[in-house]
Amino acid sequence: MDITPATSAAPPPLSGAPAPAEQAKSATRPGDRIFLGFSRGSGILLLVIMAAIAAFLAVRAVNALSHNEGNFFTTFEWSANSTPPVFGIAVLAFGTVVSSLIAMLIAVPVAIGVALFVSHYAPRKLATPLSYVIDLLAAVPSIVYGLWGALFLVPHLGGLYSWLNDYLGWTGIFAYHDGAARSLFTIGILLAIMILPIVTSVSREVFLQTPRMNEEAALALGATRWEVIRMSVLPFGRSGVISASMLGLGRALGETMAVATVLSPSFLINTSLLDPGGGTFAQNIASSFKESGEIGKDALIASGLVLFVLTLLVNGAARMIIARRKEYTA
Amino acid sequence: MSVTMDKPPVADGAPRPYTLRQPRLPRWTPPALALGAAAVAVGIGIGAGLGSRIQWGLIAGLLFVVGMYALAARVEGRRQAKDRLATSLVWVCFLLAVVPLISLVWETVARGSKVLDGGFLSHSMSGVLTIQPGGGVYHAIIGTLEQVGIATAISAPIGLLTAIYLVEYGRGRLAKAVTFFVDVMTGIPSIVAGLFILSFWIIMLDFGYSGFAGSMALSILMMPVVVRSTEEMLKLVPNELREASLALGVPKWRTILKVVLPTAIGGIATGVMLAVARIAGETAPIVLLVFGSQVINNNPFDGAQSSLPYYIYEQWAAGNEASYDRAWAAALVLIAFVMILNLVARGIARWKAPKTGR
Repeated sequence: MDITPATSAAPPPLSGAPAPAEQAKSATRPGDRIFLGFSRGSGILLLVIMAAIAAFLAVRAVNALSHNEGNFFTTFEWSANSTPPVFGIAVLAFGTVVSSLIAMLIAVPVAIGVALFVSHYAPRKLATPLSYVIDLLAAVPSIVYGLWGALFLVPHLGGLYSWLNDYLGWTGIFAYHDGAARSLFTIGILLAIMILPIVTSVSREVFLQTPRMNEEAALALGATRWEVIRMSVLPFGRSGVISASMLGLGRALGETMAVATVLSPSFLINTSLLDPGGGTFAQNIASSFKESGEIGKDALIASGLVLFVLTLLVNGAARMIIARRKEYTA
Repeated sequence: MSVTMDKPPVADGAPRPYTLRQPRLPRWTPPALALGAAAVAVGIGIGAGLGSRIQWGLIAGLLFVVGMYALAARVEGRRQAKDRLATSLVWVCFLLAVVPLISLVWETVARGSKVLDGGFLSHSMSGVLTIQPGGGVYHAIIGTLEQVGIATAISAPIGLLTAIYLVEYGRGRLAKAVTFFVDVMTGIPSIVAGLFILSFWIIMLDFGYSGFAGSMALSILMMPVVVRSTEEMLKLVPNELREASLALGVPKWRTILKVVLPTAIGGIATGVMLAVARIAGETAPIVLLVFGSQVINNNPFDGAQSSLPYYIYEQWAAGNEASYDRAWAAALVLIAFVMILNLVARGIARWKAPKTGR
């Protein structure tokens, strides 16, 4: 610095006059400007698409609601094609939330277990191929899960359900009258299986990031493996697991085809989760689309808008948690 | 803690020779107990006449967890028992997760291979009643390839450019907003994307059902995935390469095209292929926008088409043995297609991974 005063002193005076000219010159290269324009344009296009989704759905939804004779939030009926149209999302909201919650209750603990298995319990040689297989399973199309659920899972759940009915039927929630087990609870189980890979793979990533020092310190103090996990891995990974679960929840809320193939829908809120009936937003759209007229389609779009907002909130919250965690660890 | 640690030597210190080691269960205990639990569960299952195998499995898992805890608590002390409990729970979780997935793959392969042959792949459903055996998926394969191809052609360049913007140019509020909304967009349910194109393209602009409408919905689902993976890959390109090129006086856009992209091209290709694999299995937008068809329609811009996932749904809905067989066979074709894409993509990723200098 001291030896070459001329060169080191050069930048400050330069920044007065010639530097902007230099910058301006590089920015005015036509190639650069076009390229920047294209890439910024694509970024803006994505934002426009998001805004357009909300706008177009809202326009159709308003049209549907202006014709609706029932209350959109409390009516237990979906006769959007009759005159006058009467429809409400109460049953759909109930079915969507309940089936997703069942899925979360089953999937999150199991996913944490599997993630711990891959990150801390499995033999090294097994762990890498296992995480690979889990990633592959996330790619199985939902319609295949639906087919498997309808033709394999449903017939096998009847026995379990009658057993639940024998011992827990008095609660009302687990009452089951014989018949195909095409119920909200089955949907919950199927959704749990479907979101397991994503929750597992995100949690696994977080668990693997636990500082090695923390774990070794705990081990050196004589902790068992479970104590190491409880005291250093789980506290470190908590926010990661929460956001992973919310990503899974977002998937479960919007899942269409698996629900549409397995559930036998009805517009009733059933106190028993094991008996067939109920519906979800996405399932209702897919199942009743082809018989819908103009107002019917608009009504379905209105329910789709509710689903859109719901998943937007859940995913936004998950991403916020992840982003905050990144700032914290970085 | 120290209290429980001291207990065993005090309790039965006298009869044993003095060691620092706590008594441990022999190594073969967990597998032996697992076998025992399985055997007892099968016994109970047959004895009590429980019809469903799922119950047998749940009973076996419960017996194993409880048995392991009780044994360890007797022999090794409470802290070790808790550790054993956690270990056995983790193993049970793993099995709980793996069993349905193995069953899914097994059922698809076993039932799907029944009618899957050359004729199935090269014929459409034209003139075949749903209750008849025969027919095939040719029209659906054509539809899937065209729709996915168009969707890729739309979303790959847009996704790539957006990722370049975020990594190479993006500063300030716009870049932050784009990053956030790309993340949120990843979570849009496919049916909502379908509804958007429905209200925009079919209801407002009054175009008919076509493969192209489906492609647009698919490209909305695909874009964020491409952006995300490309972004990760571009970040891996070492900064020294960019600086070296810029220092030689190469314009920034040529630096990106000739230096940055070629370095990351393997990873980018992988990301695009994984995105293709993801959208190839989407059914919901196809139900809303392409409408489905029994015959071969080679033109994605005009008229209803079919697609593999839609075909599965349609055959399932027909609800008889012949159509179930076709649904399973189509599911096998679809899974094979998706898995091959995945494997090839990951192969490329490993092959052309950028050298990060570590």
